[in-house]
Amino acid sequence: MNEAPEILFERVSKTFARADGGTAFEAVRDLSFAIDRGELVAILGKTGCGKSTTFNLIAGLLRPTVGRVVVQGHDPYAESSWFRGKIGIVFQNDRLMPWRTAIDNVALGLELNKMPPGQRLGVAASWLARLGLSGHEHDYPHALSGGMRQRVSIARAFAGKPDILLCDEPFSALDEHTGNALREEFRELLRQTGATSIFITHSIEEALALGERLMVFERPARIAYQTTLRADMSESEREGVRGRIRQVLSG
Amino acid sequence: MALDEGEGRGGPPPRTRNRLGHRRLGGFRYEGIVALAGLAFVWQIASLFVPHFLFPSVPEIGQRLFEIFTSWKSISDALATSARILAGLTGAFVLGTLLAMPMARSPAFERYAYPLLNFNQGIPALSWVVVAIIWFRGIEFRIFFIMVMTTLPAFTFQVLDAYRGMSKDLFEMTLAFRPSRFGLFRTLVWPTVLPGILTAWKVNLGNASRVVVVAELVGATGGVGYELLQQQQIFDMAGAVAWTLVLVIFVLVVQGFISLIERHALRYRAFAEHAL
Repeated sequence: MNEAPEILFERVSKTFARADGGTAFEAVRDLSFAIDRGELVAILGKTGCGKSTTFNLIAGLLRPTVGRVVVQGHDPYAESSWFRGKIGIVFQNDRLMPWRTAIDNVALGLELNKMPPGQRLGVAASWLARLGLSGHEHDYPHALSGGMRQRVSIARAFAGKPDILLCDEPFSALDEHTGNALREEFRELLRQTGATSIFITHSIEEALALGERLMVFERPARIAYQTTLRADMSESEREGVRGRIRQVLSG
Repeated sequence: MALDEGEGRGGPPPRTRNRLGHRRLGGFRYEGIVALAGLAFVWQIASLFVPHFLFPSVPEIGQRLFEIFTSWKSISDALATSARILAGLTGAFVLGTLLAMPMARSPAFERYAYPLLNFNQGIPALSWVVVAIIWFRGIEFRIFFIMVMTTLPAFTFQVLDAYRGMSKDLFEMTLAFRPSRFGLFRTLVWPTVLPGILTAWKVNLGNASRVVVVAELVGATGGVGYELLQQQQIFDMAGAVAWTLVLVIFVLVVQGFISLIERHALRYRAFAEHAL
């Protein structure tokens, strides 16, 4: 018997009303896909193609205008509290609370999930250590570099052991060197945790490096191309995928 | 994971200068003390050349101040005024917050409430004194009413602004953890609005100390305003200055207390070593 998909989009559309009363903006149109438990999916597309709207729909931060979003059998928007501790998010920018130290930022989700203080600080400290931030536990965000802050936000997302991890271009604000170093370790962490992961990016190389399955979006968010990346794929096969993605994105 | 080159702490802030670049001496800003001493010196010089009833000498004012702080009746007058200020400010803060929250959440409510608050801001404190005397019998309630009505708009606007200043990014991030209402308030809303609330208290404290004197002048049988009225009737300038200083000292003490809270609660804030 087939297991129900972890994330299901059924003919989802999302339109936004314009503040000036003009024609509504359609960010997602008739989007359908299913993601199984433990899959690592990279969503690729040009800026403004509705990737982040899709992300927010899965996260339950937005409600679809038409269609149905189902995550673990539940509606992530309407049944928001059911998902407490089940979804971890790494945003494009670090979104650290400036009034909290690094360790308190990492412990935020655990605190909101009512984990006792001693336990949650222990978990947060171990995640900071895992991400190379030992000794910085009590630093405020302003005292950390961009790369370190993004590590704190990654630790915050992983600390709650989420079933689903959503990542919205988490390395795009970092310099190439820091981004590459963090990407490698991020992939390793994803494999270790086994969480269902959705990784949004506009970089083909990043999508190929991180995803096991690729979905390429065209505007307004619809799947223009998707493929599965096998671990034993040859370089020429990868080059073929690369070329196809470029073709879709340029079209 | 090894840290990239160049990553590291910003380092602790320098301790020898505060945010405004003032030098500190054992925790005190000596520039302030020098400025006040200069003012006292100019006053003392003036007292040598101007009639005594206009400019009493600094030692005489000091003597009156000493008498105030060594007389239980005078102390109770000063405490009564302090209590009235704090009660009025607390009332205005609670009411202002209760008004600001629905204003922040409902544009329709804000469209009705905003003009009313603006209208209120145009009413002079003295008008509220007259209204309070006509409407209410109890002296303490009159003063409380006047204090609340004169400081309410500022509290409402400042709490509203602080709430509106909340980062949408941080709000979404916190919401993604599915917090309870209380959890959201405790972890995001309160830390966001706290700086605005502390500023509102500091600003309104000065306003309230001026208003309370007016309110006490016309109705109270005790307090700094009442004592000032007594000094005016006997033409005692030294007493008037001394009672004024009592109020100033109260304001400075409370502001110092608020600053202490601010320094602790907002210690996370980074600041540039160079002044703007």
